Amino acid sequence: MPEVWIPPKLQQLTGGKQQVQVEGSTVRQVINSLERQYPGVKEFLCDEVEEDLYPGIAVIVDGETSQLGMLQKVQENSEVHFLPAIGGG
Amino acid sequence: MPEYQPNMVLSNEEFDVIGSRPVRHDGFDKVTGRARYGADTNLAGLLYGKILRSPHAHAVIKSIDTSAAEAHPGVYAVVTSADWPETSTKLSDLAEGALQNLGFLSMNVLARGKALYKGHAIAAVAAVSPHVAEEAAAKIKVNYEVLKPVMTADDGLKPDAPILHERLASISNPALRPGGLLDDGAESMRTNIANEFEFRIGDVEQGFKDSDVIVEKETSTQAIHQGYIEPHAGTAHWQHDGKLTIWSSSQGQFSVRDMTARFLGIPVSDVKAIPMEIGGGFGAKTIVYVEPIAALLSRKSGRPVKVQMTRTEVFEATGPTSGTKIKVKIGATKDGKIVAAEADLVYEAGAFPGSPVSPGAQCMMGQYDIANAHLTAKDVLVNRPKSAAYRAPGAPASAFCMETALDELAEKLGMDPLEFRLLNSSKEGVRRVTGPMTPKVGYIETLQAAKDHDHYNTKLEGKFRGRGVATGFWGNNSGPAAAVAVVNSDGTISLTEGSPDIGGSRAAMALHVAEVLGIPVTDIKPTVGDTDSIGFTSNTGGSSATFKSGWACYEAAQSVKKQMTERAAKIWEIPSEDVEYKEAILQHKSDPELKLTFKQIAARMIPTGGPIVGSAGVNPPGAGPSIAVHIADVEVDTDTGKVEILRYTAVQDAGKAIHPSYVEGQIQGGVVQGIGWALNEEYVYNDDGVMLNSSFLDYRMPTSLDLPMIDTVIVEVANPSHPYGVRGVGEVPIVPPMAAISNAIYDAIGVRMNHLPMSPDKVLEALWAKNGK
Repeated sequence: MPEVWIPPKLQQLTGGKQQVQVEGSTVRQVINSLERQYPGVKEFLCDEVEEDLYPGIAVIVDGETSQLGMLQKVQENSEVHFLPAIGGG
Repeated sequence: MPEYQPNMVLSNEEFDVIGSRPVRHDGFDKVTGRARYGADTNLAGLLYGKILRSPHAHAVIKSIDTSAAEAHPGVYAVVTSADWPETSTKLSDLAEGALQNLGFLSMNVLARGKALYKGHAIAAVAAVSPHVAEEAAAKIKVNYEVLKPVMTADDGLKPDAPILHERLASISNPALRPGGLLDDGAESMRTNIANEFEFRIGDVEQGFKDSDVIVEKETSTQAIHQGYIEPHAGTAHWQHDGKLTIWSSSQGQFSVRDMTARFLGIPVSDVKAIPMEIGGGFGAKTIVYVEPIAALLSRKSGRPVKVQMTRTEVFEATGPTSGTKIKVKIGATKDGKIVAAEADLVYEAGAFPGSPVSPGAQCMMGQYDIANAHLTAKDVLVNRPKSAAYRAPGAPASAFCMETALDELAEKLGMDPLEFRLLNSSKEGVRRVTGPMTPKVGYIETLQAAKDHDHYNTKLEGKFRGRGVATGFWGNNSGPAAAVAVVNSDGTISLTEGSPDIGGSRAAMALHVAEVLGIPVTDIKPTVGDTDSIGFTSNTGGSSATFKSGWACYEAAQSVKKQMTERAAKIWEIPSEDVEYKEAILQHKSDPELKLTFKQIAARMIPTGGPIVGSAGVNPPGAGPSIAVHIADVEVDTDTGKVEILRYTAVQDAGKAIHPSYVEGQIQGGVVQGIGWALNEEYVYNDDGVMLNSSFLDYRMPTSLDLPMIDTVIVEVANPSHPYGVRGVGEVPIVPPMAAISNAIYDAIGVRMNHLPMSPDKVLEALWAKNGK
């Protein structure tokens, strides 16, 4: 199962766990699995109505910042990180 | 080891035209003065706008009386924030927003309710001349209730600090949300902390227990301005059919269109934003200041209106980068391995949330392999202009702290500073302190190139002379981009793309197309399209333009190549699979007699099927980070405290330099801005929050007389995610200079300069303190 690295600010919702494994073959499915196991996580990551990642969140899958957000494919052994997005100058 | 010459390119892969140095397509217009910049739009019936700005750093706007200004002869319109819809600032309304809280941005363009910094726009006038507009603006009566300003983050964090936004929602979550206000009815949090971030990996406590040597230090940097030559300028014409056209210089015509449309409450399709040439932006022209005001004035007056800032307005009202205060603690084993690091970063956001403290934290240790780390970061509001992006936003300040700390650590360990960094350098597959694995990048190659360089291996002799090194990391961005390549009947290509050209990107785009098609780069005419003529392209920012728009041009050229192949097949009545395309010649794979050039097919395109147009829209992942290693030699005048840069070498991984001259230009420009940041530049305020040095006479930027030749070495470790291996190059060169110079000053006179700028007075004070005077 994909491994999700939980941002420090959300680890209170995962009982202090820094990494958790959840099912899913897309970022959307991963987030929904996270929400089932750790209710409350989803509202910090995405707009539940639009089902889009918040604009300020970058999802990094296997070391690469995704441009597809919730639609990004995730492999069985993928590592998923949620970090503040970085703008530029 | 190569024999280093000035401006070397250490290339690993050669192409036909990628990597060559053709004359830029826009060069002729620029050197002859024909190029048209933001202020160069002149239309029949044009009016001139002038903005009335707050004389106070913090004040409640109790009332605005514009009647005298409206009655002033020659005045056509006066506007205040009451003239446009209030864009919500509520956090709960941000779901459909972008990285910016547009409500705050709208209040930054024209104050609503409160003036939050000296220079905050209060009202604007359109008149027959700039002078009449200025006279009329002076007649606007504003009744202020003046409040005590908060000028530093330290002051803003005090329990009894004045509060900028009574209803600010202080947030703390994993997203870089732009901040916002609380919902109606929610209890005020009475805080100036807009956002807090945290990054943690491993066991920091254990890491410090395992350390043999620990360095702790605190640094501070002052707000400084991007200092572009061209002040903000824009012209708007709200036609009678309700359509709005905007001409302005910006880093993104689509941002101009989208932000202006949102503020005015009109569809984006009613706005056409035309990008003019840009005289520098460095991040600060990724948001709007004058365009919506010009549009409002045009709507009210029925005439086109131009608004152009003075230099003082640019200083007082547009985005500087944040002042910062950073603490770091780093532990290493006696054999030189860093095993623990922690840092706390506090950045001044200005009057609205959104300092670059998060990227500052994320980039601070990005180039190092550190198993245990903990970083915390705060975004704090102060009564200064809203901070805006500036070249690798946030990273230079955090690198100043980190890289001077590493210099101290290397000294304590008795190690060569580059060797120490090599030992701790990250590489592909190493986990970054923010969590994700590092992709392929040339950290080690770049450090090694610096270590091998003649500069590093030449002994520096002379009294009060010293050498310092520092490195920098920047993540680089991507984004959506579009390109259209139209084949002309003479075999040339008209190329339209969406990235405003700040540093020679039109030449880089043309090189992508020339490489794919095998035609001369001079046969390609690149143009930056307006918002009605090219697909959405995100800002020229984040070192993204050559990566993303270059990719779009590559794909558009591939489409042209395919269509040319199909036309040849049609002419010869053979399957297109039997046609080979090589160096702009199309040839039957097995019949050498059947051969046509690119130009010959272009001449026959109409009867063989019509125009040939290649287009592409992309949003590519994999921008890949950049690394820079800088070596600085300085001499300190111990009588005056003046620091002279004797020699400077910047080594950088560019992935693949599409046009090396423009990569070198980016590197040299970034270094020069970094030298200014290091030695001279700062916003100086009085106690009332009034900037005291808002002109280039008093705000000291480096000139050519202050600088030696900045030597560059381009290291090419190809980014595997890009067709030609490109990485962004424009931002990382500003990251290392402050630390490299501080380390060099220490080497010269034995004084650690931990606060910027390291101006003569500060250097003298530090010397006196060291000598007990």
